[in-house]
Amino acid sequence: MGVEVKVEGLTKSFGRQVIWSDVSLTLPAGEISVLLGPSGTGKSVFLKNLIGLLKPDRGSITIQGNDLTKLSERKLYEVRKLFGVLFQDGALFGSMNLYDNIAFPLREHTRKSESEVKRIVDDKMEMVGLAGTERKLPGEISGGMRKRAGLARALVLDPEIVLVDEPDSGLDPVRTAYINQLFVDLNQQIGATFLIVTHDVNTARTVPDNIGLLYRRHLAMFGPREMLLSSEEPVVRQFLNAQRQGPIGMSEEKDVGELEAERQAGYEMPPLPPIALQLLPTDGQVRAGQRPPGAWCQANGVTPPPGSFQDPPGVAGSAGNARHAQSSGWTKPAGRADDDTLALPRVEG
Amino acid sequence: MSHPAWSASTTHTRRPERELMASEPITGGLRTAGNLFSFGLDTVVSLPRRPFQIREFIQQAWFIASVTILPTALVSIPFGAVIALQLGTLTRQLGAQSFTGAASVLAVVREASPIVTALLIAGAAGSAICADLGSRKIREELDAMQVLGINPIQRLVVPRVVACMLIGLLLNGLVSVVGVSGGYFFNVIIQGGTPGAYLASFTALAQLPDLWSAEIKAVIFGFIAAVVASYKGMNAGGGPKGVGDAVNQSVVITFMLLFFVNFVVTAIYFQVVPAKGS
Repeated sequence: MGVEVKVEGLTKSFGRQVIWSDVSLTLPAGEISVLLGPSGTGKSVFLKNLIGLLKPDRGSITIQGNDLTKLSERKLYEVRKLFGVLFQDGALFGSMNLYDNIAFPLREHTRKSESEVKRIVDDKMEMVGLAGTERKLPGEISGGMRKRAGLARALVLDPEIVLVDEPDSGLDPVRTAYINQLFVDLNQQIGATFLIVTHDVNTARTVPDNIGLLYRRHLAMFGPREMLLSSEEPVVRQFLNAQRQGPIGMSEEKDVGELEAERQAGYEMPPLPPIALQLLPTDGQVRAGQRPPGAWCQANGVTPPPGSFQDPPGVAGSAGNARHAQSSGWTKPAGRADDDTLALPRVEG
Repeated sequence: MSHPAWSASTTHTRRPERELMASEPITGGLRTAGNLFSFGLDTVVSLPRRPFQIREFIQQAWFIASVTILPTALVSIPFGAVIALQLGTLTRQLGAQSFTGAASVLAVVREASPIVTALLIAGAAGSAICADLGSRKIREELDAMQVLGINPIQRLVVPRVVACMLIGLLLNGLVSVVGVSGGYFFNVIIQGGTPGAYLASFTALAQLPDLWSAEIKAVIFGFIAAVVASYKGMNAGGGPKGVGDAVNQSVVITFMLLFFVNFVVTAIYFQVVPAKGS
């Protein structure tokens, strides 16, 4: 039921160019985390470091007592079986049809009979809504379907950690909403630790339990969603609200002159928008990582922006609210760290 | 937004390795050579590792054979003919017509057939392997494979290398036969040589070790071509253009390596195996 991933002091550079340095964060077991960042801040590079496709210059990545950065090649292949990774374009094998693609890990790593493989593959294809497309080749289907097929393949070995690289790139908002809901449902069903890398603010606001922000070659902040969504820190605020006003510029960061000009123009950052409700599993179950809305704010004496934790206007009824209210009377599942330690704010820079 | 800032950041974002190589041409070149060598070693180490991918091996062997057999045969006929024409004239000038067949066999078996094999293996098989692996690389298929706990060297490269070696071996035999037949045809039919003299002198100069050395050469060429193509393919980068560049470089590098190795192996051969009658 999910394992913890502990990253300490991770630094990566290509040649003389530092991608990011001294990144430390802990992905809590069984929770959904999102890693945000402007384009070109090395989010995908971070993901590749996590699975050992790239070697960091310094730092450690600890999973179940193994430091991934120091493992031998052979051991690394063993540890990788804990992971399910969804690449940007699904990364399906172009020469195989969808069924063979999804069956591939089972056939390579297990001695399951072909009928058993079929049962598992059918089950996963059903889960991502691809039943009936088994014989299609990856070149014959749409990008959204490729992503879902990639997800099914990532899930077939029952991973403990699911890493997702930009689930929303190249998808329309409706499909993005569906795939986001799928992540929440999957997290509830299989209890794996999720890390989603994205720059889609809407995904970041509604899906995760924890949010991290990579900016200017370091991790600006990592913590529970309410901590970041109510944060006054200019970079976090600017990014999570997708504004032009703030320290992030078009190319990288704005220079001093530009910021000065902005301040002299008398521009105040707009007020924080209300914190939206988190997506809930569709079947009404409570996820292990889920916290009642507003709990972090309450525990840390932060007043959330007005209008927070309410259904957006126009959503008929308050079924969502009722379910959230239910989960407010929610008890801590066993094996979870104390809220206080989890809520420990890690603010840098 | 100022333009210089934009362009500065875009040059920074991608292809750091390319930059590195441009700034340090010598160490960059050495590093590539070292990486290629270690890639070859990795392949050799992975060779005996179970499970051997028999299916992939058969598919690849079939594929390589299908793209090389016809061009090889078509190249070796004029190759044998040219040698026959040259030797036919030369032997007449020297007054040694009876040795036309002997010299022709010697030239075809010892040199022409490994060279033709090398050209075809590098040009047809190597470019196909490099393009295949390169497109898998840029579609992140290789990353996905590694993440699924499968070593692409063992799963994809080893079967291709073994298939290339086998097909190299077989192609060499094909070139020898077709080349000698072509030589016979041109010498006897076109130049009016005597069939008996041509056939009788076959073993006058050539000996069995000539054939063995040619076959060993072909196997080595197959190995080198497949390793270079796989290495270049698996390190392709920068989108579809990167794959095109990789294929181009792989063919050029393979040609240079093969001709050099051919020279080295030939030099060793003459030290080890004494020429007939000397």
